[in-house]
Amino acid sequence: MSDTGPVLSVRDLTVSLPHRMGRVHAVREISFDVGRGETVCIVGESGCGKSMSAMAILNLLPRGAVRNAARLSFLGEDLLSAKEKRLREIRGDRIGVIFQEPLTALNPSLTIGEQLMEVYRRHRPSRQGQARERAVEMLGQVGIPSPEERMTQYPHHLSGGLRQRAVIAMALMCEPAMIIADEPTTALDVTIQAQILRLLIDLKNRFGLSLLLITHDLAVASRVADRIVVMYGGQVVEDATTQAFFNRPMHPYARGLLGCLPSLDPETKGKPLQVIPGTVPSLIGDLTGCTFRERCTQAGPECDEGIIPLRSLDGHRVRCVRAFGEALSR
Amino acid sequence: MARYVVRQLMLSLAVMVAVSIVGFVLLRASGDLALRIAGPEALADDVERIRVAYGLDKSLILQYLDWAWRVLHGDLGRSLFFPEEVSTLIAQRLPITLGLGALGLGAAILIGLPLGTLSALWPNGILDRAVLAVAVLGQAMPPFWLGLLLIIFFGLTLNILPVSGAESWRHLVLPTLVLAIATMPTILRLTRSGMIDALRADYIRTAKAKGLNPFTVVVKHALRNALIPIVAIAAVQMGALVGGSVVLETVFGIQGLGYLSWESINRADFPVVQANVLVLGVIYCILTFVSDLLHAFLDPRLREQ
Repeated sequence: MSDTGPVLSVRDLTVSLPHRMGRVHAVREISFDVGRGETVCIVGESGCGKSMSAMAILNLLPRGAVRNAARLSFLGEDLLSAKEKRLREIRGDRIGVIFQEPLTALNPSLTIGEQLMEVYRRHRPSRQGQARERAVEMLGQVGIPSPEERMTQYPHHLSGGLRQRAVIAMALMCEPAMIIADEPTTALDVTIQAQILRLLIDLKNRFGLSLLLITHDLAVASRVADRIVVMYGGQVVEDATTQAFFNRPMHPYARGLLGCLPSLDPETKGKPLQVIPGTVPSLIGDLTGCTFRERCTQAGPECDEGIIPLRSLDGHRVRCVRAFGEALSR
Repeated sequence: MARYVVRQLMLSLAVMVAVSIVGFVLLRASGDLALRIAGPEALADDVERIRVAYGLDKSLILQYLDWAWRVLHGDLGRSLFFPEEVSTLIAQRLPITLGLGALGLGAAILIGLPLGTLSALWPNGILDRAVLAVAVLGQAMPPFWLGLLLIIFFGLTLNILPVSGAESWRHLVLPTLVLAIATMPTILRLTRSGMIDALRADYIRTAKAKGLNPFTVVVKHALRNALIPIVAIAAVQMGALVGGSVVLETVFGIQGLGYLSWESINRADFPVVQANVLVLGVIYCILTFVSDLLHAFLDPRLREQ
């Protein structure tokens, strides 16, 4: 285990699923790193492959899915060749996962306490006796009032926000090095969303966690991310530090996404929200040219051919033929 | 929880009263009981004497109230054929029928639950298809016919099992097998569909993401939720097994409640028939009540209603 390298390193990860029309390439050769204590947001609209990418890391893909990668390493350990048994040791212990729907992510017929304690008992068999104490402690840590009482309650006793806090507590039971959060605030009320986000950032800082956050919401990403990875059509189309991204988004899709953000700015008041015309491309079969070209206002004949490479400048990567030419010509 | 129990209990009591009324009325609507007891060659005077002796001359409501009053005091009446009291007869026969039903249901669960779970783990796989074929076969075969086939094969052709009576455990093998084959498909199908649903649920993905081993994921997280409707059905199935014992006990010559009912109907032994109907109804109600309790115990959301 190296102390300097990234916690998670993904190179050329692909995921494909069987479909009656041919294989669906949900994720096409994506690469990104998550550094120690870093928050990386994968942003994109539904069906762009962001959740698949996250699930592929722990090999929690649906049956029939095939994943491949040049590298998939976590704390220096190769997850690609790791046996299922070893992956089970890592899941819930070194990597905690938070899912979107706190209502359905918890088992309705087990108590909150049991669901928290079982992770700890699974991964810390020598400290079984402390599972209860640890669970109460973690429920307190995520800001759940009267944690002792909650231990014996069932998920349906808790509000959506509290349930999501319980899910977060569950992910933190074994002090993981990294948390993968798949749309953790999407199913919640706006006010609760803000609270949960604040909690995630706070916990991340307190426990020195790395966080891989999957979201469709750039506003969420802008508040928590150190780095933003934009996915479109199964590919990474842009990858930059949050600052660089919001200062100068380069991919036309990323710029389009930013234009879609609702704003309270008086200048834009009364104007209709922007939309990106068209729909997401089909992921079936092989790819030629840019995945975004049919919806892009700047597309030209050069966008139709070959595979558009990721161009990189100062750690800002963009998959667009015009990316840095445009930047450099300014 | 207490309110739920009380409500279900009241409901069960109401059903028991309704069953007793319907059973009582149906029996009297089936023909002139006095005439049947006396026989076709009896004199009209004798028939009338019998009618008065058994209280059959009173109004239906009075007869019912009179009977219900005695039942509430533990008196089920006297058999017209056996020297024993009806309650003694039932006390002798009921354990055989219940025991056989429990054996059959137990075997059905023991086979159906694991097979249904395995089918659900690989839906539409080879095992799943084979298991479903067996289930369809089991469901389609009438128990009396299956019983006769088994008697011919194991009793006559192979001559390794007794075909009639209930004197030893070897006598119980074939009837248990018939009951299990008749009940297992229901349990199996319910387990399979329940498990397929449960395994697709988000909480299963959560359980996997927690690093739990596959056995824990399947049994503790999925089966626990899939089991809720199965428990409810299993209890009702037990009732159906006891009710269906008339046919099975006749085929295998087992002296249980079903056989007693069959004999008594043929002999117009109406106090016994009436008591049997009541006992079967009560058993059904108790099983339904137990099923409701188990349901509530397994489903925390129901527990609080």
